[in-house]
Amino acid sequence: MTGSTLSVLLYIFVGPIVGGLISGLDRKITARMQGRYGPPLLQPFYDVFKLLSKESIAVNGIQNFFIFCFLIFVVFTGSLFFMGGDILLVIFALTLASIFMVLGAYCANSPYSSIGAMRELLQMMAYEPMVLLTAIGFYVVTKSFNITEIMGFNVPLVLYLPGIFLGFAYILTMKLRKSPFDLSMSHHAHQEVVKGITTEFSGSTLAMIEIAHWYENLFLMGFIFLFFVWKMPGSWLVGLGACIIMYFIEIVLDNASARVKWQLAFSSAWIVAAALGFTNLLILFLMK
Amino acid sequence: MSFLKKSPWIIHYDGTSCNGCDIEVLACLTPLYDVERFGVVNTGNPKHADILLITGSVNEQNKDVVWQIFNQMANPKVVVAVGICATSGGIFAECYNVMGGVDKIIPVDVYVPGCAARPESIIDGVVKALDILEEKRVALARRRRKARKARPVSLTNLF
Amino acid sequence: MESILLLILFPLFTGTILLFVKNDSLRKIIVRLAALILIAVSLLTTVRYFNDGLTLALHREWINYGMVVIESILAIVIIALSIKHKKHLPILLILIQTSLINWYEFTHSHEVEIKADIVIDRFTLIMVLITGVIGSLICVYALNYMKDYHHHHQEVKDRRPFFFFLLFAFLSAMFGIVLSNNLLWMYFFWEITTLCSFLLIGYTQEETAVKNAFKALIMNLLGGFGFAAGIIYLGYAVGTQELNQLPVLAQSGIDLLIPAVLLAIAGVSKSAQMPFSSWLLGAMVAPTPSSALLHSSTMVKAGVYLLIRIAPILGFNVAGILVMMVGGITFLLASLMAITQSDGKKVLAYSTISNLGLIVACAGIGSYESIWAGMLLIIFHAIAKSLMFLSVGTVEHNMGSRDIEDMHGLIIKLPEMALMMTIGIAGMFLAPFGMLVSKWAALKAFIDSDNILIVMILVFGSAATLFYWTKWLGKLVAVLNKIERIPSKLTFDEWIALGTHAVLTVVICFAFPLIGNQFIEPYLNAQFAVQMDAVISDGNIKIMSMMLGMILLIPLGLLGFVALKEDRIVTSYMGGVNQGDNRYFTDALGNRKKMYLSNWYMEKYFSETRLNTIGIITTSAVIVVIFFMALGGVL
Repeated sequence: MTGSTLSVLLYIFVGPIVGGLISGLDRKITARMQGRYGPPLLQPFYDVFKLLSKESIAVNGIQNFFIFCFLIFVVFTGSLFFMGGDILLVIFALTLASIFMVLGAYCANSPYSSIGAMRELLQMMAYEPMVLLTAIGFYVVTKSFNITEIMGFNVPLVLYLPGIFLGFAYILTMKLRKSPFDLSMSHHAHQEVVKGITTEFSGSTLAMIEIAHWYENLFLMGFIFLFFVWKMPGSWLVGLGACIIMYFIEIVLDNASARVKWQLAFSSAWIVAAALGFTNLLILFLMK
Repeated sequence: MSFLKKSPWIIHYDGTSCNGCDIEVLACLTPLYDVERFGVVNTGNPKHADILLITGSVNEQNKDVVWQIFNQMANPKVVVAVGICATSGGIFAECYNVMGGVDKIIPVDVYVPGCAARPESIIDGVVKALDILEEKRVALARRRRKARKARPVSLTNLF
Repeated sequence: MESILLLILFPLFTGTILLFVKNDSLRKIIVRLAALILIAVSLLTTVRYFNDGLTLALHREWINYGMVVIESILAIVIIALSIKHKKHLPILLILIQTSLINWYEFTHSHEVEIKADIVIDRFTLIMVLITGVIGSLICVYALNYMKDYHHHHQEVKDRRPFFFFLLFAFLSAMFGIVLSNNLLWMYFFWEITTLCSFLLIGYTQEETAVKNAFKALIMNLLGGFGFAAGIIYLGYAVGTQELNQLPVLAQSGIDLLIPAVLLAIAGVSKSAQMPFSSWLLGAMVAPTPSSALLHSSTMVKAGVYLLIRIAPILGFNVAGILVMMVGGITFLLASLMAITQSDGKKVLAYSTISNLGLIVACAGIGSYESIWAGMLLIIFHAIAKSLMFLSVGTVEHNMGSRDIEDMHGLIIKLPEMALMMTIGIAGMFLAPFGMLVSKWAALKAFIDSDNILIVMILVFGSAATLFYWTKWLGKLVAVLNKIERIPSKLTFDEWIALGTHAVLTVVICFAFPLIGNQFIEPYLNAQFAVQMDAVISDGNIKIMSMMLGMILLIPLGLLGFVALKEDRIVTSYMGGVNQGDNRYFTDALGNRKKMYLSNWYMEKYFSETRLNTIGIITTSAVIVVIFFMALGGVL
């Protein structure tokens, strides 16, 4: 209990710092890949603090409240994850959080944010099956949805779930809002006509979205971590290494590809989930 | 400590420009000049931006657009007029449809002349704008503190 | 005993009185009073039979003969109406099954020993409560709705006494279905619901209404035929006629495959699964209260009720595969088709079909966990869906449209209705509300049953569910200009019905562990003769309650948020070409254009006709193949 409380507290207070640093590193590496010098490592923090100091503008009085709920529920979801709770519950809570963000964009009732909201929703529909299949894969192998128990398995789960891992890696691009699947909004210095789902949010509300993404990215990497960690003490290093490599691959992908159409993003995500997830699960069921 | 100066986000609006200045603005983002070193991001959205960078003159068609984009930006904000057309109308000043420089419609804080303005001078203009931005931030913070004291919390402003 | 008679006969009695009441205010008093009594009697029945249940044998020949007579009258009514509208198939179907059942009743049924005609256990009580509470509330709601309806639709003949008679007659038949243990009795009530639904769909007597009513009639008669055949097979080959004997017999090793398949077909058609689903969509031409009553919260529940009752025997044989596949395919395809719809009632219809598909699939798996999930789904779905139907009906009356596109900005147009709908939609799919809890349990059950196909179906189907509900919700919360507010005409009756539904939707989410403990688990423990762990652990229930608490705090938080905010209100970003506010913009030619934001319907990708064809072909294939396999005795 104390262990899980500690990790939740760590997540809530240290999480955004780590998440912000990752984001800063991301921008730096991206710049280097493009032959630029890039912003300082702490740039994401500068951005967020600046946004907090700006005037608050809005199209209507309640749109920002949805984003506030989004932040709260993302933190809640992450806490559940780091507490070692039920992984299905984590997924459901994350869905709820994302829905708040979509509703905020709908609420603003502006053309750009509405399109962003629709696209975000489409992305959610695209990745939801694979995310659920990931949890199901964990359950089929370890007989538990509990994250602590999943982490205590005999061998790294990726050995049993290579297909599901690849499928999850595929939709991770969507969740991290990286090209080619950054349909609803892209990140930092990307060139984009208008900022998709975040179009109508500014100042402190935009800062909240940013912070929420730091939190979110952290436990998304936690999912990757789960694939590589097992009972052996010290295996967390392997997990950490896997997360770093995964994130690096995502950055490369981000810089090497252009945004695809929603049709491709959606159908490919479902096909990947159906093909990789199904095959992997089928083999597991047959092995039993 | 001011973070505003470390993270100026820009919206670039093209008035009636010949696209010369626009190319130079975008050149600032390229590896050679790399303004992201200073935290500059080209947002494309007035609601996120701190600096409105306008190239080209203002005409009858786009005067409302310029005004609305300016109005949709959150305070503190500054306007940088890039290129001679944006500062005064340039060689198009006498055209029947051209109203003149950007300052005919909205207050301009920094003028960057040139035809086309060079990336170095654009960056210099933005850096100058940062100081003005900072001044405005301090003033705004003072105003907000005062206003907060004066205004009681009310439930009436729902919607 | 008395309360059972009251449950079955009182609504019928009320209905008969209402048949002769032409006066509005008198009808209002009677319906309100009857609703109150019905709710009270349902609650009393629950309390009375909660601990011991009831097993009742009524060996009275005259009851059976009475049923035969009424059944024959029903058949004559259907035949007469079919002749009037020149439809031949229903005549054939009703003739075959009525003569079959009557022949059986006279030749063989008295040789079958009946230990219990009526059985009340915890599952029965759940159904009694749903029918009693939700059904009565819908009747109350119907009072003003129908008045308004005839005000708006002058071309439709005002036959309100008949309408209310049907509503109440339907309730009594529904009570009959859930209380009967004697399959012949159940069949009797089953046929009454078929006829009631037929008459209610055809209420307006317009061309489409009549067409759809006959469609529903044919589909349900097909199911009824399956039911009749199942009973006769059971009577002759197995020598039983009791619902609660079936699991016992199955466990003792008696082959029940053929009756299981036949009853499954009956259940599947009643609960509007593919390939029979089209009748429920057609039924949406009926006035909203009848849609809410028959086609979401009660009548279709009769189908899944039967399936869950026989679920323990489905788990043993290939009939289970039939039910599971049909349910699963229907769930997935109906969810996808719902994406393409913008008519509110049609979305609700598809969502009903898909949710029933999930319940049916749960029944088909027939394990402890899956039935647990299925029963919980029945409860949550009945309440939330009924709330949604009533809300759509009210919105339609206030705005003159039930199109989801027209509900854009409902939070400004009709704030109270937006709130009701938000609760309803949240109850339909959102964590931590009810439906999600049961979906969660269903997911676990599906994995544990090692059935990978159904797991995949659930996973993709829920993603589609998420999509079409959220985009509806998004439409509701869009904030418009204040001037678009519509004066609301909500009456007392509507408030009562809607408010109770909304409160129930929320309360039931907190109460679901209690329902699980007190109603579902005792029933399942008896059925499976085992003691099982909780399907959802205590720790998770606590976390869910916490989430629910957080969500309920939202309105409060919103007030605080609004009070403290210092937002400067600006226009929305439209590339700088707004015309003064957020409603108009300047187009490329300099003209003033009204902004219109539409949702995505993606007809190209989830085409209704294509998916429907796929569904009908696959499910028909499943049914036909399994039916003939069972008949051939290969399995």
